[in-house]
Amino acid sequence: MVNLKDLSKNPERITGGHRLCAGCGAGIVARQAMIAAGNTSVVVTSATGCLEVSTTVFPYTAWKNSFFHSAFENSAATCSGIETAYRSLKRQGKITEDVRFIAFGGDGGTYDIGLQSLSGAMERGHRMLYICYNNEAYMNTGIQRSGATPLGAHTTTAPVGKTHQGKEQNKKDLTQIMVAHNIPYVAQAYVGNWNDFITKIQKALSIDGPSFINILTPCRLGWNYKPEDTMSLARLAVETCIWPSFEVEYGVYKINVMPKEKKPVTEFLKPQGRFKHLFKPENVLILEAIQKDVDSNWELLQRKV
Amino acid sequence: MIKRVFLKGKLVAKTGNEVMAEAMRQIEPDVVAAYPITPATEIVQIFSQFVADGIVKSEYIAVESEHSAMSATLAASAAGARAMTATSSQGLCFMLEMLYIASGLRLPIVMAEVNRAISAPLNIHGDQSDTMGARDSGWIQIYSENSQEAYDNMIQAIRIAEEAKLPTLVTTDGFIISHCMEVVEFYPDADVKAFTGEYKPERYLLDTKRPYTLGSIDLQDYYFEHRYQLAQAIRDSKDVILNVAKDFEKTFGRKYEMYEKFMLDDAEIAIVVIGSTAGTAKAVVDELREKGVKAGLLKIRVFRPFPTEQIAKDLVYVKAIAVLDRADSCSGAFAPLYADVVSSLYAAGITTPKIVNYVYGLGGREINTKHIAEVYATLVKIALGVQKPANQVEYINVRRKK
Amino acid sequence: MNKEYINKKLTAEELPVGDYVESGTAVAFNTGSWRSIKPIWNKDKCIHCLTCWISCPDASIKITIDEKKGTVVTGIDYDHCKGCGICSKECPAKVQAITMEQEKK
Repeated sequence: MVNLKDLSKNPERITGGHRLCAGCGAGIVARQAMIAAGNTSVVVTSATGCLEVSTTVFPYTAWKNSFFHSAFENSAATCSGIETAYRSLKRQGKITEDVRFIAFGGDGGTYDIGLQSLSGAMERGHRMLYICYNNEAYMNTGIQRSGATPLGAHTTTAPVGKTHQGKEQNKKDLTQIMVAHNIPYVAQAYVGNWNDFITKIQKALSIDGPSFINILTPCRLGWNYKPEDTMSLARLAVETCIWPSFEVEYGVYKINVMPKEKKPVTEFLKPQGRFKHLFKPENVLILEAIQKDVDSNWELLQRKV
Repeated sequence: MIKRVFLKGKLVAKTGNEVMAEAMRQIEPDVVAAYPITPATEIVQIFSQFVADGIVKSEYIAVESEHSAMSATLAASAAGARAMTATSSQGLCFMLEMLYIASGLRLPIVMAEVNRAISAPLNIHGDQSDTMGARDSGWIQIYSENSQEAYDNMIQAIRIAEEAKLPTLVTTDGFIISHCMEVVEFYPDADVKAFTGEYKPERYLLDTKRPYTLGSIDLQDYYFEHRYQLAQAIRDSKDVILNVAKDFEKTFGRKYEMYEKFMLDDAEIAIVVIGSTAGTAKAVVDELREKGVKAGLLKIRVFRPFPTEQIAKDLVYVKAIAVLDRADSCSGAFAPLYADVVSSLYAAGITTPKIVNYVYGLGGREINTKHIAEVYATLVKIALGVQKPANQVEYINVRRKK
Repeated sequence: MNKEYINKKLTAEELPVGDYVESGTAVAFNTGSWRSIKPIWNKDKCIHCLTCWISCPDASIKITIDEKKGTVVTGIDYDHCKGCGICSKECPAKVQAITMEQEKK
C-alpha cells in the first residue's frame, strides 16, 4: 500500500530536538503519524503527557503544524472544538483549505481520565482521528498503574512487594469500547510495523467521521528494556497475540497482521523488567493466567473476523 | 445606571435567560459548546433552537460535560472562532481547571453565567458562591442587577474579551433574574452587529500558513513572566472595559462604569453589594432619603478586575459601610467582596470608615427591604459611634443561636 | 521573534501574549549531547531502504531526494540523535549498514 520512497517525499512535521527519551516509542508514533498525513494540513491536539511535555518546552516546539494542548483529560474535547470551529468557518467561507484533525493521548489520558471526553467526541461524530499511544502506564509521572496496565506488571502504584505481585487486574479493552461507539474506523496498531500503522492512519484520515487507533507503544523506562528494542518488542506483542493488529471498518473486523506461528506470551514478557518477578517459580500461576487470557481473546477476535 | 437617554430598540417582556440567548443570537458566535444545568439551561436551549431553525450561522456542540464545554469552547477560540458558552454552579466548578487555562492562553471567550449556590447540600437557587469561587481565575467578571443590564453586559463582553484578550463572564442571579420576566429594550440586530464587529485574531490554529504551538510547558524560566502578563492584562483591562462602555453609551444610550453609585456622593452610610439585591437596596435608600438619612449605595458591576483605586476614592467620606456578600468564605476571615473593599481602602491609606461584613441570601434565601433597612439602621448607630462595628462576619436571615 | 526568545530571556512585556511558540523551533535544541553510544552509518553497505529513517524517533536520519535513485540516506544528524540504537537494530540483518560505537567524551 505505502512505500518508504514515496513517504519520504512527505514533509517531516516533527523536528529533532524534542526531549523524549532515547528510543521512545511515542516519538516514533507521532512522527510516523505526521508523515502519513502527507501534504494535508493538520491541527494536532494532545493530552498532557510525555509526548506533549517533551515536544513543547517553551520556547521550543518540535511540531511544524499547529499544535494545541490545554489539559490532561480533554484532548478529544479540544480537538472536537477545533474541528467544529473549522466547520463553522469553512461554511462561512472564512477558510477554504482542507484541514484534518488528530488528537493524541497516552493511555492515562485515554483509558482513564480522558475516557469521558473521548467517548463524547466520538459519539458526536466529529471528523477527527484519536491516536492513543498506549505504553500501558502513567509514564510521565513515573510509571503508575493505569487502566491499560496488564495483569502482573510492576508499576510504582501497583508494585511488586512481599504480598503483592504487581497489578492484580486485567487491562480494560478500550479498543472494544471504541468499537461499541459504532464509529466508522477503529484499529489496533503497534510501533514495530510502520507499514501497518501508516496504512491505518491514512485510512482513518480519509474517512469522513471519527476514527480511533490504539497503538501499543513500548516505553523503555517503564517497561525496562534496552532502548534499541522498542520496535522488536512491540512486534513480539503481536507475534504472541498479546496485542493483535486488527481494524474494524464500519463494523467489519479484519486482522491485519497474522502471526506465522503464535509464540508463547513469555517471549514478550521475558525481555521486560516490569515482568521479571513473574518468572519466579511461585508466580507461575500468573503467567498461566496471562497465557489463558491471551488465548481466549485471540480466539474471540478470530471469530469476529 | 440603566437610565435611558434615548430609545434605540423595542421594549419586550423577557426573562434573564431569554435576554442572554437573545444577545447570543445577535452576537452570532461561530461556535457555542455547552452542557445543560439549572438555572442556565434555557439559555443554550433557546440558542439551540436558533441553530436548529437556521437563524444563526453558529455551530452548536452539545458536549458531554461542562469540562468539555469549556475545553471545546476555548479550543474553538484558539482555532480562530468567536466562541461562547453558558453555565452555572456545579458546571462552573467542573470547568474550573479550564477557566484558568482559558485565561492563561489568553483566549477571549464569553460565558453567560447564572449565579447559583454550590453543593453540598444540593441547591439550585441563586447565590454568588459559584463565580466567587472562580474569582481569581483570570476571567473578567461582570455582574448584572437586572435583565437589561445582563443583555447590555453580554453585548459589551464580547468586545471587552477580544480587546483585552481575556475570557469574560457575565452573570445574572439565578431565578431572581434568570427566570423573572422584565421589560427590556432590545436593540436592532444591525446595531448590535456593528457594535460587536468581526473577530479577527492575530494568531489562530487554523491559519495553516502560520502554524504555531499553543499551550506549551513553561519551566522556571518563563512561567512567572507569563503569569505576570496575565495579571497585568487583568489590571489593564479596566481601560478596555470603560472604553467599550463609552462606546456603548454613545450607541445605545445607557451608561455603564465599573460600578454604579446610587446616592453615594453625600452619603454618610452606604451598602456595597453585587447583583439583583442592589435593586432592593435602592428602594430602601429612597425611603431613608425621604426621612433625611444620608444613605447611599455602591453596586459592583465589574468585580474582576476589581476597581480598587477608584472605589477607595468614592468611599473615603462614608462614615459606616456594610459590605453585603452573597457568598460566604470558609477562610475563617471575611467574605470575598468585603476583603477586596477593605484592602482597597487600606491600600489607599483610608482607615476612617467603619466597615462591617454581612453574608446573606445563600441558596436563594430571601433578602427583602426589611433586612436591608436593618443593615442601614445598624450603620446609623455605627456612624454615630453608639455601636461598635462587629469584627467578624454577620449573617442576615439565618436561623442560629445569637 | 522566536530566535529572540531563544537567545535572550525576554521580559514579560517583550514576550508574545500567551505562551505560543512558532512552529518547529526545537530544531535549535541540541539533544546530541545525550548520547552515550553513537550510530556510524556505512555508506557502502547502505541499500537506502529507509527503514532507519522511518524508525528514528528523533528525525535524525538525513535523507535527500536523488533524481535517479529516489530518496537516499546521506548520514546522521548528530545534533539531535540520542543514540538509542533503533536504526542499527532495524537495519536489515543482511545489510548492517549502521553500527553503534561508544561515544568519546
